[in-house]
Amino acid sequence: MLTGKAQDGVMTTQERPNQLFRNISAKIAALPMIATALVVFLGGTLWTIFYSFTNSKLLPRLKFVGLDQYERLWTTNRWLISIENLLIYGVLSLIFSLVIGFVLAALLDQKIRFENTFRTILLYPFALSFVVTGLVWQWVLNPDFGIQKVLRDMGWTSLEFDPLYNPEIVIYGILIAGLWQGTGLIMCLMLAGLRGIDEDIWKAARVDGIPMWKTYLFIIIPMMRGVFITTLVIIASGIVRIYDLVVAQTSGGPGIASEVPAKYVYDAMFTKQNLAQGFAGSTMMLLSVLIILIPWAYLEFGGRKRV
Amino acid sequence: MKISKTLLACSSAFALSTAASATDLEVTHWWTSGGEAAAVAEFAKAFNESGNKWIDGAIAGSGGTARPIMISRITGGDPMGATQFNHGRQAEELVEAGLMQDLTELAEKEKWAEIVKPKSLLDSCTLDGKIYCVPVNIHSWQWIWLSHKAYADAGVDVPSNWNEFVASAPALKKAGKVPLAMGNQSWQSKGAFDVLIIAIGGIDLWKKIYIEKDGATARSEGLAKVFAEVSEARKLSEGSNVQDWNLATNMVITGKAGGQIMGDWAQGEFQIAKQVAGKDYTCLPGLGVNEIISTGGDAFYFPKLNDPEKTKAQFKLASVMMSKQAQVAFNLKKGSLPVRGDVDLASANDCMRKGLDILAKGNILPDSNQTFSPDSQGQIEDLMVEFWKDTSITAKDAQERFAKIIDTAE
Amino acid sequence: MSETVLAPVSAGIDGPSGPKPKRRFSRRNIFVYGTLIIVALYYLLPLYVMIVTSLKGMPEIRLGNIFSPPMEITFEPWVKAWAKACTGLNCDGLSRGFWNSVVITVPSVILSIAIASVNGYALANWRFKGADVFFTILIFGAFIPYQVMIYPIVIILREIGLYGKLPGLVLVHTIFGMPILTLLFRNYFTSIPEELFKAARVDGAGFWGIYFKIMLPMSLPIFVVAMILQITGIWNDFLFGVIYTKPDTYPMTVQLNNIVNSVQGVKEYNVNMAATILTGLVPLIVYFVSGKLFVRGIAAGAVKG
Repeated sequence: MLTGKAQDGVMTTQERPNQLFRNISAKIAALPMIATALVVFLGGTLWTIFYSFTNSKLLPRLKFVGLDQYERLWTTNRWLISIENLLIYGVLSLIFSLVIGFVLAALLDQKIRFENTFRTILLYPFALSFVVTGLVWQWVLNPDFGIQKVLRDMGWTSLEFDPLYNPEIVIYGILIAGLWQGTGLIMCLMLAGLRGIDEDIWKAARVDGIPMWKTYLFIIIPMMRGVFITTLVIIASGIVRIYDLVVAQTSGGPGIASEVPAKYVYDAMFTKQNLAQGFAGSTMMLLSVLIILIPWAYLEFGGRKRV
Repeated sequence: MKISKTLLACSSAFALSTAASATDLEVTHWWTSGGEAAAVAEFAKAFNESGNKWIDGAIAGSGGTARPIMISRITGGDPMGATQFNHGRQAEELVEAGLMQDLTELAEKEKWAEIVKPKSLLDSCTLDGKIYCVPVNIHSWQWIWLSHKAYADAGVDVPSNWNEFVASAPALKKAGKVPLAMGNQSWQSKGAFDVLIIAIGGIDLWKKIYIEKDGATARSEGLAKVFAEVSEARKLSEGSNVQDWNLATNMVITGKAGGQIMGDWAQGEFQIAKQVAGKDYTCLPGLGVNEIISTGGDAFYFPKLNDPEKTKAQFKLASVMMSKQAQVAFNLKKGSLPVRGDVDLASANDCMRKGLDILAKGNILPDSNQTFSPDSQGQIEDLMVEFWKDTSITAKDAQERFAKIIDTAE
Repeated sequence: MSETVLAPVSAGIDGPSGPKPKRRFSRRNIFVYGTLIIVALYYLLPLYVMIVTSLKGMPEIRLGNIFSPPMEITFEPWVKAWAKACTGLNCDGLSRGFWNSVVITVPSVILSIAIASVNGYALANWRFKGADVFFTILIFGAFIPYQVMIYPIVIILREIGLYGKLPGLVLVHTIFGMPILTLLFRNYFTSIPEELFKAARVDGAGFWGIYFKIMLPMSLPIFVVAMILQITGIWNDFLFGVIYTKPDTYPMTVQLNNIVNSVQGVKEYNVNMAATILTGLVPLIVYFVSGKLFVRGIAAGAVKG
């Protein structure tokens, strides 16, 4: 999706006569979308940014304090740790999701038996909510009951495997659970992409004697640009929004070692009853989303000119 | 056949008529642990006996989970009939915005000003001379709960104050126990710290910081001692891999941990587990050093509703909660102290007696919920949970960060 | 079952189109199946733990390790999770949440898909000026953490008088489902051959005529994908469910949270696990039943275009 190809139809549509009349009916049909985009997403965002310059506590108030909220935000340890965690989680989750998703899809694409079974197994965690995912992994990783205890019972008595209770590595414990839940979908997207590749390309590569890994790396992957962009959007939006998983698995602990920005925002708004501080955090998050989104929008709509 | 049909019709008509006169009132709260649920059931029972119906809106996962929901619903214009908040400033702005029912008339009629003791409880419900909430209990933070079983297993005597507790910790560790049970929620870390201020630094130090918000005191040598002590104490809590406070309490009940610094609500859990104070566990107010209790607690607020029937039911519920009978029944189960000075808790156990005695002597402090805004509270909580769990933060750094929060506290 | 796992695969017409493994017991086959089996075990482990734990009694959980099969199978935790577990004063477990979840999910799924499909259709085939801008904002919306939007949404719902009512909750789900669904539908509709659309125009069909007569009948795969995503997402939602409902209408996820977080004495892991599986059952069944269609639909909606 999201490639220049999509726009062929568009150009012709716009060249048709009676454009105004047709556009009106399309516009009416698209009204819910326009309203959502403008009122909720754009309006809500601007409203949030606007009130981040106030000192609103429990209820929105119009008493402006300039950049005070931002100053406090960037001097708060918890926010800095949240950002650091998001970066670690984000980069690793992006890399591992793409690599694991692609490798699994490539394996499933080897005309294997029981493909359906394997695919279902890899995909089922996606049907479970993050809350459930967090609970299950909290349980599996619990040092008193879970993997650590089993390994110790087996003889490795000095072995330490308690990612959720060790501030140094807790974010990796969350990553394990996040990947478990999400890679199935990525695998599915990649598989769909691989299935869209023409058989002849493989034949040609074989005739030329190109090794399989090279074919994948230099021929197939570049052809799957559309899939990769979709996948990136899905993974990235999931990363920015990470919240439930952390709450269910660690509640941000031990200490504040696994805090994430969305949780900071939520807690600031409701637990600390400091809306404006929460809005300042939101604004920073929304800004970072824009940084992700602008390249995408450029690829998507800038691409049209090339057609 | 016919008769039974008529009977059926009659009985259903009867059911209808009672249903019409009874008003449903949704009450939201975050009391979901064993002892808490048993206590809230007493309120519900008393309210239902008044001919109305208590619709329970419990939201599990502590106040942090529940409060956003309560606040959203009130500001969203779809409020519940009554809702719990901690006593103090949590609902301040909702009251200011005129979203809460004014209870002054009822309070004057029932002479709350005379019966509520200490008076500060009612003050926290008052804004511009009007009363907006019903305090239902007094909870104090300044307790340590000690497991007799753990100390017996370790072969040492049950400590009688904080210093003995610290001294006995190595023996407990040797016996495979966690000396100090501690959940991972941030409010627990802050609570334990505040209690240690009183036990180690003294009452005046606490007052300087939490009432006068004095930054200089927060940087003082006296508080440095407290931070140094906490920095040792956090090593005693290593190995308590639990989140919730009542799971930490359960470690004490089962003898896996030596003790827990926790408010008197822990009492309810011991009671549910059928443990007897003095025999199975010991409680030390003020950690056995400075015997004093803070008078925080819970209060119920009544959002303004359009339906006059419901408003009537709200006043009824407020009155029921303040009634002698409900106060006794509720507080016995909850392990908290009643807000009325004129009720007799004949069946109170050892620990509650200790609390009542201290209260009678007037050794009381306000709760920091009453003197600090939720924002400042939250900042201290964040710092404390980090400090307790991350041993790489030195006492000195933590103190400086603490002092900075006190500087700007509201 | 005389065939081994490694038997050669006959090339079906519908089959996968990757490189063809020809040798029977090649190192590569061993590598492929070996890896897949190990990965599959890792993916199944938590499910196994959940099921096994939910069938044990509490004493056994305290003693044994979480991976050992139950010595004595008990269904008590399931019964308790479904009908008896307490939150505050309500001791009726998940049961009353189930129907509420259905009542919330069904209209939300229908409305959100109806609106998103029309959006996608308008964006793909009837592009109007500014469509790109709205679409970009919509995609931006896909990234916004829900927590950030709670307050604006509370205010919007209050202003239009839908706060705390079922239509309000349905509206919220429709709004937050819109970005990804619109994206999928738009991509799908652009992949439908332009000639079909043109021919219908020549025959004089209008906006809705083409949508109902040409587009809908061709769009089963993408509707299946949208349904799966929405059923899963809405069924699993906790945040909106808890903020925009009341105790009587709490969805199952809120009951689950309440059961898991209301600890009465000791944490009853077996009941928690049973409750977790029960709550996840509906989306799981949807996935197991429609897994094949899902991949096909994803291929159509996410890849082309």
